Amino acid sequence: MTDTHQPAVVVTGVRKSFGETVVLDCVDLTVTEGTIFALLGPNGAGKTTMVRILSTLIPADSGNAQVAGHDVVGDPDGVRASIGVTGQFSAVDELLTGKENLQLMADLNHLGRAAGRARVDDLLARFDLVDAAARPVSTYSGGMRRRLDLAMTLIGSPRVIFLDEPTTGLDPRSRRQMWDGIRNLAASGVTILLTTQYLDEADELADRIAVLDHGRIVAEGTPDELKRRVPGGHVRLQLADPPTLRAAAALFDGATPDEERLVLRVPGNGDVASLRHLLEQLDDARIAVEDLSISRPDLDDVFFAVTGPPTLEKEAA
Amino acid sequence: MSTLAYTVSDSTTMLRRNLRRLQRYPSLTLLLIGMPIVFLLLFVYVFGGQLSHGLDTAYAAGHTGRAGYLNYVTPGILLMTVAAAVQGTAIVVAMDMTGGIIDRFRTMAIARSAVLTGHVLASLIQTLLSIGIVLGVAVALGFRPQAGVLDWLAAVGLLTLFAFALIWLATALGLAAKSVETASNTPMFLAFLPFLGSGFVLLASMPTGLRQFAHYQPFTPTTETLRGLLTGTPIGANAVVAIAWSVAIALGSYLWARHLYTHRRAA
Repeated sequence: MTDTHQPAVVVTGVRKSFGETVVLDCVDLTVTEGTIFALLGPNGAGKTTMVRILSTLIPADSGNAQVAGHDVVGDPDGVRASIGVTGQFSAVDELLTGKENLQLMADLNHLGRAAGRARVDDLLARFDLVDAAARPVSTYSGGMRRRLDLAMTLIGSPRVIFLDEPTTGLDPRSRRQMWDGIRNLAASGVTILLTTQYLDEADELADRIAVLDHGRIVAEGTPDELKRRVPGGHVRLQLADPPTLRAAAALFDGATPDEERLVLRVPGNGDVASLRHLLEQLDDARIAVEDLSISRPDLDDVFFAVTGPPTLEKEAA
Repeated sequence: MSTLAYTVSDSTTMLRRNLRRLQRYPSLTLLLIGMPIVFLLLFVYVFGGQLSHGLDTAYAAGHTGRAGYLNYVTPGILLMTVAAAVQGTAIVVAMDMTGGIIDRFRTMAIARSAVLTGHVLASLIQTLLSIGIVLGVAVALGFRPQAGVLDWLAAVGLLTLFAFALIWLATALGLAAKSVETASNTPMFLAFLPFLGSGFVLLASMPTGLRQFAHYQPFTPTTETLRGLLTGTPIGANAVVAIAWSVAIALGSYLWARHLYTHRRAA
C-alpha cells in the first residue's frame, strides 16, 4: 500500500443520471497516490456528482469506483476511513467555536484525549485560527470558515482528500492561502482530487487535469500536455471597420474574425520573426491596425479547444 | 474497540455536541418552555375561575375554584410542554440536514445511528428539564400533587416514554422537512392536541364527534394516567392504552426516521 505508483482513486465507466438528465456519462479516472488531480469543468459538468459518488454519499448507476483500495459500494466504511471531504458548502457547526468543531472531529475519529487535543492545537496553528479558536463559527469570515472546514477534514489524517470547489467565493488573498494549504498537503504525501471551474487554479495546483464537460471527460493530461494540444498562441488585431477586418482576414490562413468586436485572431506563437512578417503583410495590403496584442496559449484556449466555443449552439441543437 | 463501543462513543460525542448547541442557543429552549407557561397562566388566572365550576372536586384533587382547576390542568400542561419541546427537536434536526455538516458526518467512518441517537438523547434531556421548570412554575402557583414515591417514579417514567415517542416523531418530521421553517411548523399540531383531549376540560362537556376524537387520541389516556398518578384520580385502562400509544409512536417514528436518514440526500 505504500507503493507510490499505486492509484489512490480508480474510476471505470461510471454513469449517473438524475431522472432524465445524464450527469455522468461513462467516466474513467485514475489518480496516482500522492498527486494533485484536478477535475476541471463549468457549472453543471458533473464535478460535484463525481465527488459525491467517490465519497460514498450517493451510488453510481453503473460502473466501478475504488478509493484507497476500497470499493465505494462494497466497502463504504473502508473508503470513509481513508478519505476527507470538503464540500462546496461549508460543513461546520455554526453554533460551536472553531476549537469545538475540531474537537468534535477528533472525538469522532477516536483519537483519544491527549492525541486529539494535540492534533486540534496543531491544526489551529497550521490554519492560522488560533486567535479565533474560542469564537463561535457564526462570526467567522468566508476564508476562515473554509480553512476551518479543511482543518476538520484533516483531523483523521486521511490518505485521500476530495476538495469540491475549495476556493469558490473566496477573495484573492484567501484563495492564495487556500492554495498554499493544498500544496503543503500534497507535499506531505496525501492524494488530492479537487474540482474547480477556474483554469488558473487547476494550472497552479494540479499534477494532472481532466476536463469534464456535460458528464464526459473530454481531455486529460498534465497542464503542459493540455497546453500543447493548442498549437501556439495567437496574435490579436484590432481593426477599424468591417471591410478592413474582412480584408485582413483574407491575408492570413486560419485567422478567425470577430465581426462584432472587429477583432482578428491570427494563429502564431508571437515571436519576433513571425510578427515582423505579419506586420509587413499588413503594410503591403495597406491595412491600418488600431491595436495589437500577443496571446500565449493558456488553459483557456485548451478549454475552449476541447469543449467548443462558449456559445449556445450546442444547447440550441 | 468493538462496534458497540464505537456506537456508544460516537453517540456520546453527538450527545455532547447537541447539548452544547442547546446551551449556545438558549432562546430556542426558552421560547419552547414559554408556550406552556403562558397557557398555564392564561388557563388558571383567566379561564380557571369559570372552568372550575364544571369540575367535579374528584378531578380537582379535593380543591375548589381556581386552585382546583390548577390541579386539574397541570398534567395537561406538562404534556403540552413535551409537545412544545419536540418542536425544537424538529428544528435542530432540520438545521443539521439542510446544512453541509450532515454530509461531513455521512462521509466519516462513524456509527450510522450516532447522529440521530445524539439528537434524540439531547432532546430528551432538554424536554425533561423543560418539564421540571414548568412543573416548578405550577407548584409555585399552588399545584399540590398528592403522589407517593412510586407514583412519582411512574409519572416520570410515563413522561419520559411519552417524550421519547414524540421526540422520535419530531426527528422524523425534521428529517422529512425541506427547510428549517417547515420543520418548525409541522410538529405544531402536537401542541394543539392537549386542547382536543382531556387536558383542559372534561370530555363529557364536549359535543359527540369531538368527544370521540378526544377519547381515542393519544394525549387523552396519557393525560388521564398522569393526572391519576399525580392527583389520585381514577386511571383504569388508561395506563395500558397510554403506554401502547407511546410504544407504537416511538417504534413507527423510529423506523420512519431511520428510513429518511438513510435515503434522503441533504437538501
